[in-house]
Order: sequence, then C-alpha cells, then structure tokens
Amino acid sequence: MVLGMCPTMAVTNTAINSLAMGMSTLVVLLGSSTLVSLFRKAIPEQVRITTYIVIIATFVTVIDFLLAALVPGVHKELGAFIPLIVVNCLILGRAEAFASRQRAGLAFIDALGMGIGFTFALLAIGIIREVLGSGTLFTIPLFGKGFEPWVIMVLPPGGFLTLGFLLLGFNRLRKKT
Amino acid sequence: MEDQQNSIPVTGGKPEPSSFRLVATLGVAGLVSGFFLVGAYLYTLPLIQAAKARALEAAIYEVLPGCVRFDAYDLKSGALVKAEGAATGLPRVFAGYDKEGTRIGFAIQSAVPGFQDVVAGIFGYVPETKTIVGLKILESKETPGLGDKIFKDEAFKGNFVKLAVEPEIVLVKKGEKANPNEVDAITGATISSRAVVSLLNTGMKDWKGTLDKEKKK
Repeated sequence: MVLGMCPTMAVTNTAINSLAMGMSTLVVLLGSSTLVSLFRKAIPEQVRITTYIVIIATFVTVIDFLLAALVPGVHKELGAFIPLIVVNCLILGRAEAFASRQRAGLAFIDALGMGIGFTFALLAIGIIREVLGSGTLFTIPLFGKGFEPWVIMVLPPGGFLTLGFLLLGFNRLRKKT
Repeated sequence: MEDQQNSIPVTGGKPEPSSFRLVATLGVAGLVSGFFLVGAYLYTLPLIQAAKARALEAAIYEVLPGCVRFDAYDLKSGALVKAEGAATGLPRVFAGYDKEGTRIGFAIQSAVPGFQDVVAGIFGYVPETKTIVGLKILESKETPGLGDKIFKDEAFKGNFVKLAVEPEIVLVKKGEKANPNEVDAITGATISSRAVVSLLNTGMKDWKGTLDKEKKK
C-alpha cells in the first residue's frame, strides 16, 4: 500500500525537506497513535474519528509552532505542508486500523515503524530529486559546473516521475521473490 | 487489507451511548487540546519573534554593505520618528550607519504579489546617489528551479548592487541591460523578475519622497 504519499510531491524536492517532513510525520504519528490507543476504551465509537482528528491536529499544530521557533529555515521551506499532515491518511489510517484496537505499547511500536518507513520513502524520493534537479545532496554540490540541473525534477511532475519509477522498481523486486 | 474491512463500525450488540457522553468526549478532547495549543503558542511565540528579528537584522546588514549599526524609524504623519522596540503598525524603515557613524543609507521593506504568492523583500537605498545597493528576498513561494532564481541566481542578484532608481526601474530581457536603471530578467521567470522590479518600485514610491528629504547625519 502506498498510503499517505500526498505530501510527497510538494516537499520532497530536496533531501533535507524530505527528512524534516518525514520526522514531523513520525512525531505526530507516535503521539497520536499512543494517545488513541491509551484512550481507546474511553472514546465512544460514534465520535472516534472526530476525536482522532482533534488529537492529530493538536500534535500537528504543536509541531508547526516548534519548527517555526527552532528551525525557521526549514519551516519556511515546508510552509503550508506541515498543517496538511493533519489530513495525511497514513496517520488517521493507523489510528483507526491499528492503534484503536491494540495496547499502547504495540501502537507505539507500530507508529515508530510506520514513521521510519515513511521517512525513508520520502528521503529516497528527495535524494533522487535533489541530485538530478539541483545537482546537490543535502545542499552539497555533487557535480562540476558543467552539470545542467533537470528543472522538472524539483517541480511537482518530477515527484510523480520519481515515485512512479521507484514503485516500478519495488514491484519488480517483489515479483521476483 | 483485513484491518480495513474490520474497521467498518459494528453498532449492533452494544447499547448506544448517550448523547451527553458523545458531547462530553469531544468537549474534553477539545479542552485538553486547547490547553496544549495555548501552551505551545505561548512558549514558541518569543522564539519565533526572535528568529524573525534576527533574520531581519541579518538582511539589513546584507543589503547595506558596510553597515555596522542601524536604527529603526517609523513614518508618523509624514515625518520620520525614531522607533523603539517592537513594531507599532506604522510603516517602518531602517537607517544604517558605517563604522564612523555616517549614515550609509536606508533599508526599505516592501511586498508585492508574485507568481504564486506574495514576494516580500528588503533593499538598501542610498538617497545621496539615488541608487539601490542590495536586495534580499525575505519571503517567496516562487517556483523551485525557475522563479526561485530571484534569490538564488548570482547573476540576477548582481542587478541590485548599483541600480539607479530614477526615473524608474525597468525590466529588460536578459543581456539587454544598457542603462543604470535597468534590470536583466531571468529567462523562464519573467513574472517573478517583474515582481522583484515592482517590489523595488513600490518601495521607492512609498519612501523616496520622505527619505530624499532626510539630511545626512
């Protein structure tokens, strides 16, 4: 499943942005999954999604403030996409499908795994797009002056292209085994 | 996939909880959330403001080469009044001084619509020579790889090292700059380039009259 790849196109144009986005999502996922799991018996079924959204939105907003205060540069780059973590289907998906029916410890481990995996996925796309689109990696220039950056790779279509090729590769690997 | 199928709510069997309980759950969740948000906001607000002030300060030194100290002035009923502390809501300009205490020029903030969103910047203006001596884009969401050259492209930045503001700053095609008041556009980013020129002209329109009258101290 390729859940929650919605933010990938917009923010994975550099490795550092991908990493920041992945880490932010990881923290939100850890917090919300653990809380959802802790209160799973107290939250009535009828209002569970609303309650989950309140929990998730709180974490996201706190992260948004913290990023703005501690790493203003990164916050400026990610812009509107931090608040959009609220609607990332990965987080609500795990809250609903896993955390709401498991013990807090398990929910925490699940969130940790999911978050790290998500960060790796974003980072993979970010690295490819930054290397090809800007000729740098973590802003360190890789090639000489002769390199002509592929501008399309830092634009949204480059995100789709990269994601498509990565999925192609993974599906091929999966089929072989 | 199994998980997802299970997640369809099964309301049969268990009795329906009272409306009060539903409202109370959300109320409590909202209340707790509110406390956290206010706490985080209060904790981060001074940090965010300090970071912004630092960025602005660095930008002022950058756009006024040789500047070692600056004062803030507010425009109050047509005259410049020395400003102390935080923003007062009045238009503000910064006067930069060199090591000897001579005023080099002013740092002027301005913002105009760009290709995607507002482009905000600060630039250094020297009234004695009527030139712009530096520009720093503070805020922009211009297209990565194209429009963002307005603050990444060294050649484009070179336009603003000594740019005459009279009669008006004009954008010309790349490589056609012939007069001191012309700016070479970025190929493929005409709208962003135009936004930068309009940023400068807007800033000058707002401030030139006032600043040119100021005596050199």
